[in-house]
Amino acid sequence: MATLNQKHDFPGKLIIVEGIDGSGKSTQLLLLQRWLQAQGLKVFFTEWNSSPLVKKASKAGKRKGILTPTTFSLLHATDFADRLAQKIIPPLKAGMVVLADRYAFTAFARDAARGVDRRWVRRVYNFSVRPDLAFYFRVPIDVSLKRLMVGRTQLKYYEAGMDLHLSTDPVESFRLFQSRVLKEYDRMVKEYSLIVIDARESISVMQRRVRMMVQKALGIQSAPED
Amino acid sequence: MSSLQLAEVPKRFYGLGLPYVDLSELKGKIIVIEGTDGVGRSTQIAMLRDWLEVQGFATMETGWTRSELIGQTIDEAKEGHSLNRWTFNLLYATDFADRLENQIIPALRAGYIVLADRYIYTAFARAHLRSVDPQWVRELFGFALVPDIVFYLKIDVRMLIQRVLEAGGMDYWESGQDLHPQLDMYESFRRYQAQLLKVYDQLAIEYQFHVLNARHSVQRTQRVLQDAITRYLFEKPGAPRSRRRPKSTA
Repeated sequence: MATLNQKHDFPGKLIIVEGIDGSGKSTQLLLLQRWLQAQGLKVFFTEWNSSPLVKKASKAGKRKGILTPTTFSLLHATDFADRLAQKIIPPLKAGMVVLADRYAFTAFARDAARGVDRRWVRRVYNFSVRPDLAFYFRVPIDVSLKRLMVGRTQLKYYEAGMDLHLSTDPVESFRLFQSRVLKEYDRMVKEYSLIVIDARESISVMQRRVRMMVQKALGIQSAPED
Repeated sequence: MSSLQLAEVPKRFYGLGLPYVDLSELKGKIIVIEGTDGVGRSTQIAMLRDWLEVQGFATMETGWTRSELIGQTIDEAKEGHSLNRWTFNLLYATDFADRLENQIIPALRAGYIVLADRYIYTAFARAHLRSVDPQWVRELFGFALVPDIVFYLKIDVRMLIQRVLEAGGMDYWESGQDLHPQLDMYESFRRYQAQLLKVYDQLAIEYQFHVLNARHSVQRTQRVLQDAITRYLFEKPGAPRSRRRPKSTA
């Protein structure tokens, strides 16, 4: 059985991106997907919190305001376990490249920032498949805020950690909550060998770095393009 | 009003608990009734509530998969047979966490006696039969509070089958159909429930259940429950503390 602490032996490859909202990780993953497909590789994309199994319960739980840090964590773990079995492991077995926008590390960072025991949440996710490459897009809070506020008038409730009542002002709450999240990510860089990408860089500079790493890991022959 | 009062015993978590919950605030008690289907858990709980309330104790009842957050999702997922070994357990854990934090802990803070119809052992037993890593499922439920007393209503497989059929029949999961789809439903049910009873016997030792013979009359079982609760959970004001670990009363 695969675990987060040992290399998987599926023929496929698992590449994941992490970072706080506004770090630009989703754009980077999309560009990576385009490039991999252009190389003729079969790619499967999956994103955080997208399984139909707990969608209704999560939505209702948020609306009613009955979520606790622990049930919030467990709902995401259930979502993840469902996607792992249905979406992530089958393409890995079929030898495809799986791209995941956020992975278990998102839970480790956010749940610990919400006050859940960080050892507990790691044990809960012990059944995860260890990624072949894990990119962490590190960005200062102010840069992320600036990117998020473009074309938006307000921050989302949970994104800003409003459930923790750190501040009644969403922007201030976002700052406080996401700084905690950043700290949690920073502790994981060594723990899980995350590849840190400076997310203040331009989109194309970041993408070049990502493609170089992926090319090496996947043994792709042709030169990476911008 | 009786002269009984709750003995003060500090609460603890089974494993890595909830760091944001102050255990010293939890003054109430948790009484768990475990057992397979058809052993009369809800009858006994209803009678215990009556008895405790007459004694002057506020009670609250909580039951497996009855969570507001996720109860319906579990029912629907079971209906669709779409669960894997992880989601099965994670949904149970979500159900339990929701009831723990939104019902049980607030009730304990207010000094209630919580009567739990099944507890985390139900998940352990079912996970065991589905070859889920026992350590993982125990760590998953590490946030559970250790109950003050656990009763296990034990029944033999023959009686169990008859009672379940009498009550309306077998369902897919209770028959372990996911484990042996090649068997007919009755054969699968019989085999699954027999294995389940064996696992419960192991859990009874691991978690020091008070084991009761569920073939006894309802009244007799109730009397044993009340005696044990009086002995282990209550003390007379001024009387010296006797805090022995619960042992089997079977």
